[in-house]
Amino acid sequence: MKPFTFKTVLILCVVVAAIVCLLPTFFNCWPHKKINLGLDLQGGMHLILEVQNIKAVEAEVERTVQEIKKRLREKGVKHLGISRLNDNSILAKFQSGEDKSGFETVISKDFENLVTQTPHTDNNIISYKLALQEKEIDTIKKMATEQALETIRNRVDEFGVSEPDIRIQGENRILLQLPGIKDPERAKDLIGKTAQLTFQLVDEDADVNLAANGTPPVGDEILYQNKVDPGSGTSSKVAFLIQKRILLDGSLLTDARVEFDQYQQPQVGIAFNRKGARIFDRITGENIHKRLAIVLDKSVYSAPTIQDRIAGGKAVITGSFTLNEAKDLAIALRAGSLPAPVTIIEERTVGPTLGADSVRMGLVSMVIGGLLVILFMVIYYKGAGLIADLALIINIILIGGGLAAFQATLTLPGIAGIILTIGMAVDANVIIFERIREELRAGKTALASVHAGFDRASLTILDANVTTLIAALVLYQFGTSQIKGFAVTLGLGIVASLFTALVVSKIIFELVLKRKQSSTISI
Amino acid sequence: MQLIKSDINIDFIGKHNIGYAISIILILLSIGSLIVHKGPNYGIDFVGGTLIQIKFSQEVAVGKIRDGLSNVGLKDASVQNFGLAEDHEFLIRTSNSEMTSKGLSQSIAQAVKASTGIDPEIRRVEMVGPQVGKDLRKSALLAIFYSLLFITIYISGRFEQKLILSAVTAGSLMTAVYFLSVFNVSIIVLITAALVVTLILFWVLQLKYAMGAIVALLHDVVITVGIFSILNLDFSLPIIAALLTIIGYSLNDTIIVFDRIRENIKGAKTASALPLLFNKSINETLSRTILTSLTTLIVLFALYFLGGEIIHNFAFAMIVGIFVGTYSSIFVASPIVLAVSKR
Repeated sequence: MKPFTFKTVLILCVVVAAIVCLLPTFFNCWPHKKINLGLDLQGGMHLILEVQNIKAVEAEVERTVQEIKKRLREKGVKHLGISRLNDNSILAKFQSGEDKSGFETVISKDFENLVTQTPHTDNNIISYKLALQEKEIDTIKKMATEQALETIRNRVDEFGVSEPDIRIQGENRILLQLPGIKDPERAKDLIGKTAQLTFQLVDEDADVNLAANGTPPVGDEILYQNKVDPGSGTSSKVAFLIQKRILLDGSLLTDARVEFDQYQQPQVGIAFNRKGARIFDRITGENIHKRLAIVLDKSVYSAPTIQDRIAGGKAVITGSFTLNEAKDLAIALRAGSLPAPVTIIEERTVGPTLGADSVRMGLVSMVIGGLLVILFMVIYYKGAGLIADLALIINIILIGGGLAAFQATLTLPGIAGIILTIGMAVDANVIIFERIREELRAGKTALASVHAGFDRASLTILDANVTTLIAALVLYQFGTSQIKGFAVTLGLGIVASLFTALVVSKIIFELVLKRKQSSTISI
Repeated sequence: MQLIKSDINIDFIGKHNIGYAISIILILLSIGSLIVHKGPNYGIDFVGGTLIQIKFSQEVAVGKIRDGLSNVGLKDASVQNFGLAEDHEFLIRTSNSEMTSKGLSQSIAQAVKASTGIDPEIRRVEMVGPQVGKDLRKSALLAIFYSLLFITIYISGRFEQKLILSAVTAGSLMTAVYFLSVFNVSIIVLITAALVVTLILFWVLQLKYAMGAIVALLHDVVITVGIFSILNLDFSLPIIAALLTIIGYSLNDTIIVFDRIRENIKGAKTASALPLLFNKSINETLSRTILTSLTTLIVLFALYFLGGEIIHNFAFAMIVGIFVGTYSSIFVASPIVLAVSKR
């Protein structure tokens, strides 16, 4: 047998390739692809957010209601109430006669996308039930999730996280992986903020306290302002009666920056685009001496009395902000509001010290476990054990190289997977060696025994490993990110150990036996 | 060196009733414990809740931590030592999953600092919402079910050349489970039913190796889960990873024995010779069955003792699974193949 057959060259190539892939993890060199550490090893925050995109549908229906009312007003059609129902359909009531046909013309001309049910007549009052098309609802929901993803990505970028991973998961979930984040609480606050900024008038004709205890007048809602006493630090809530009609919202903002007032208190200065500035100019001009509330995510930040028409489209949001709160609010306003509120439905945060501890303990148990196995194999199988050990070391190099080459993420369960593979990789050798011993006992020569051992054990080894590989594949499919890490190392380990046991150790055996030209074998 | 003599001859098949008895007792204990405890002791991954790992620079009384927690409305939170006593680490657990979005870890840190006088380090926060927990539970059960089925398809394909037959059987079962799960049928009931149907089908179709394999695997999974339940250990996501690995790996030993049975059975013509042949096969492969488990156990013990607290339960599940799996490949899988062959 020549020392350099096709197989030996192949093995050398594979091992060298694995080493080249593995090197950048330890030294800064080509190909510059390190093994990615999972968040549980390097520290960081994993979040899953649920976009409550039904709220986006509600908002769209609400908008449609306003628009229908507007069109009817323009056409001089009177109605007996148009409102959004809880199932996101629209109920519209009319007196029979002219108004009925007027309404039907408006609907068929301007709102043909709505699905209308056959009207229901009761005491000369006709009620219509209208709804958005299913397809449109789905689109709104999908758009809401996609827009939320974009907005959150912008916010995270501005917050300054290196290499964040943000993606949509399923229908309405967003997965965020933020490695090495310093202040997880602050990041969560910023990401979860809806940042829905609106300008609405305060209803000063009705009594707030009366409304707070009973029902607010039609077209009004009760919103609160959080007041923090600077001396004692205690917070209290002040109720406001706010008109539901939104005069201007944050979608027309061009900029938001932290500024300081004359007492060096942080506040957020905002600037509108030209259209926003024009609207702001108009509403301030029309409502002089009335109070205009600046509402953010359904809570009132301030409600100054308009002294004069304000041109130029600039305003400030005051509140008892800390500097960080003001900074984050500015980021959120710049990045835009979320189309629907989000809730955090899963969080896994690991501090950097725990991650480092996990890496250290994982490595220690890997080294100790590996050494014990190596020792066991040498004691139990002597020379053959050494071959198995060499195959084991190649196996670990291959797993590492594979992780780097496929840019897979190494997690703590992933390390456990590697450790497990160390134990499993020698299994294949054990099966082969036991078979060789059996053949030797049956009186075959060393070379014949080795051949018979490999031939007969190969299929058994393949079968035994395929079942574990199936389990690894199912696990990968099931995959939360940590478990995926385990499935990857386990799968890589199995493939590598098939290669090392069936190809590498066989070649080494043959080389050794050939060179020695002897009939004995150390096993 | 040899741990097990090459001429060993233990009458495993003759004593299979003892093996069955031990297995049945273990399975009954497991199921009993699961019934008493109302299912596995699910961790927050599967029922939702919040878990916070907190570390102090010096010794702190658990009572003090509890005082602090009850000040922020977490009276029902459980506090337990985590890892070595000299690490002063604790695990705080509550079924509440909504508060982390409102600065829970900060308020806990402040409250605990106030009650103990030491600034704690928050090392890990895990929060899982109830819906996510439910989803994970469902997909975990399905993962176990699917891996069992895939593996049995493979086994019957490889060992009895009835790949198409078993694939069709398993395929229709999977489709049934998939469609019924859409209609909100309890997934546990569904999977149990599917497995029972599988067993009956394999019996009727005389897929003896697949039958032996799946019974042994179910045996391993039930007992591992049962031991976790008896010891009241947390059943979390990594445990599912461990269970699936056990399903894949504990079959290694079974396959080694099956392979030898198939090799030895070729010459045999009469059914009366079968018990002896089975016994011979088990004995011939005993050495490698035990050695392969041993090497894996070596690394698992290293992981168990040195791998840190987070991976502790995973290593424990694997260790239990490998012990049970090795046992079942000798005392459960082969006797069942024999029982089916005798029909």
